[in-house]
Amino acid sequence: MSNSNTIEVAAALGSGGLGGQSSDDADREARRSLKRRRRKEGALGWLFVSPVLVLLAVFLIIPILLALYVSFTKWNGQGGPFSDKVDVVGLENYRDLVLEDGLTRKNFVSSLRNNFYFVIFVVPLQTLLALGLALILNQRKLKAKSFFRTAFYIPSLSSSIAIGLIFVFLFANTGAVNTILGWFGVDPVQWVNNSKGIIHEFLGLFGVDKAPSFLGDNEILGMSLWNWLSGPSWSMLVIIILAVWTTSGTFMLLLLAGLQTIPESVNEAAAIDGASRRQTLRFLTLPLLKKQIVLVITLGLIGTWQVFDQIYIMSDGAGETVTPAYLSYTTGIREGRFGAASALAFIVFAIILVFTAAQRYLGREKKEATL
Amino acid sequence: MTADLDEPIESAEHAARTSSSSSPTFGVGIESPRVTRTKRTISYGVLTFFALIYLGPFLLSIATSFKTSAGSLASPLSPIPNPVSTAAWKELLGFADSVVDIRLGRWTLNSIIITSCVTVGRVGLASMAGYSLARLSFPGRKLVLGLILGVMMVPGVVLLIPRFLILKELDIRNTYMGMIFPLLVDCAAIYLMKQNFEALPISVEEAARIDGASTFRIFRSIVLPMARPSLIAVTVLSVQGAWNEFTMFLVATDKPELKTLTLGLAQFQGGLGSGSNYPLLLGAALLTTLPIIVVFFTFQRYFTGDAAAGSDK
Repeated sequence: MSNSNTIEVAAALGSGGLGGQSSDDADREARRSLKRRRRKEGALGWLFVSPVLVLLAVFLIIPILLALYVSFTKWNGQGGPFSDKVDVVGLENYRDLVLEDGLTRKNFVSSLRNNFYFVIFVVPLQTLLALGLALILNQRKLKAKSFFRTAFYIPSLSSSIAIGLIFVFLFANTGAVNTILGWFGVDPVQWVNNSKGIIHEFLGLFGVDKAPSFLGDNEILGMSLWNWLSGPSWSMLVIIILAVWTTSGTFMLLLLAGLQTIPESVNEAAAIDGASRRQTLRFLTLPLLKKQIVLVITLGLIGTWQVFDQIYIMSDGAGETVTPAYLSYTTGIREGRFGAASALAFIVFAIILVFTAAQRYLGREKKEATL
Repeated sequence: MTADLDEPIESAEHAARTSSSSSPTFGVGIESPRVTRTKRTISYGVLTFFALIYLGPFLLSIATSFKTSAGSLASPLSPIPNPVSTAAWKELLGFADSVVDIRLGRWTLNSIIITSCVTVGRVGLASMAGYSLARLSFPGRKLVLGLILGVMMVPGVVLLIPRFLILKELDIRNTYMGMIFPLLVDCAAIYLMKQNFEALPISVEEAARIDGASTFRIFRSIVLPMARPSLIAVTVLSVQGAWNEFTMFLVATDKPELKTLTLGLAQFQGGLGSGSNYPLLLGAALLTTLPIIVVFFTFQRYFTGDAAAGSDK
């Protein structure tokens, strides 16, 4: 807008300069050239975005529509999905996943539980760690800041596959982590392929090995409450640690950038008013950082429902580490059940959309509150 | 690096603080120098502990890659290889036979080809589309912008099966094209470029326009050079993204000749007892990671621009 306004100003200036001509003629001429320019500009505008639009259509929008169609079929990957040999079954794939008692639902529901624990462990841990590191790094009078900042960021840079392999080594049964635990007199933990949930293990310490009847008898989506409350498995715990270790660096940078927008004078004013460090943090820094914290939590929620590479490389789904996204991959590409796989992909999509929408809603409220 | 430059300011500030804390009126909130020093020591302690946690696994990997396979199992935590062995590196680099099918040259070449194509494409498309959305008025602009923002919200993992389906339908699975094309458009990069173009001073473009330069010429010879820092940032991000990409390639190919470093690396795990050949495994992991860390350090000042610029003030 400002662009075309200034063109008009320029055109007007230009016409003023042509003293001899009648101002009417000059005006018409200027307007005509403006129109020509605009049309040219519009054409160029479309030209510049068209490759992006074509690529988005072919590799994003059409594939999604195709998968949506496939999710209503029993296509097994043989021949085309549109051939008349393919059974169109409507919502059956979705029903099998959510409502119908059977292996499909059992696998899906365990994957939901696994991912649920992954989310509720990773998101708070990585947010708190990133916040803590950012707060420490934001202090003045601290030397070697850029060294520490870079050190914390390096895991975020590396390929998830390389890091996965490094963690396979660290958490091997006779590996580095178990050696360190040994220093403190802790027995080696079997991290690989261990599907025991850590809450179950913890309760086991108090002799609670079996489900109390009210937990064992009641079910949600075909899984007993007792199994819902298993906690993440030992194998999943490794992937949780890996995820926190890899992503906290990025989030630390993001929070640090936010902290640096808070002028020091604000903190000084608080100090002069007699606020303690803790009060300053609680009532000043954190509220001012709210936007960034909400962003970090949202990105965390979106990211943690998408965990894939780490599972592929570290456990291949063994030891209760299958997530819905991973299940979608194995169901489709390994088993050739593309209908069920596509339905799963859309369920993951829906879960993430719900989280994003919830954040949008909360974020909007916050904006109003601060204004 | 930049920390050194700001030291005078920091110490001046320190002096200012100490002097004000000696004044009894303000004594409540501002700690005495002794408390500050203790606090600073604790801060360094915490930071060093975490630096060790974040860097330790990499350092340990370097050490382990020079151990013998038996040595890596016997003392997994020792930072000094004893005995030192270059067997893993010889195997990796093809100077010795290996039980694992290592084609490091081929994988690296594929990674380089794909990363270059994806990066050139992404930077080109993102700057064109970004400029168009920032400065050119055309009918439907708002709609396109909305589409791009909407697409940014589509989680990548959800696209796994849909992309497999489309690559199969178009019959470009197991081709470079099939591995490159789906990665060419990065909506976050488009948005970043748009924001950056909007932040550039418009007066230069207008001056050129009055001088009779065409819009395309303005874009190419004036706007792009001015946007150099953000172009470099987008380049680094897309090099990192394409080099580390795994899921998309996993779906796009199952041909050994098309394996990238990440795909090749993934086959080490679980393949042929290499699970216990940690020196080999970690050497390969390091080789895959190293190029990205080098690229990042080279261009760090563009990359963490915002965070770095303010942090040392």
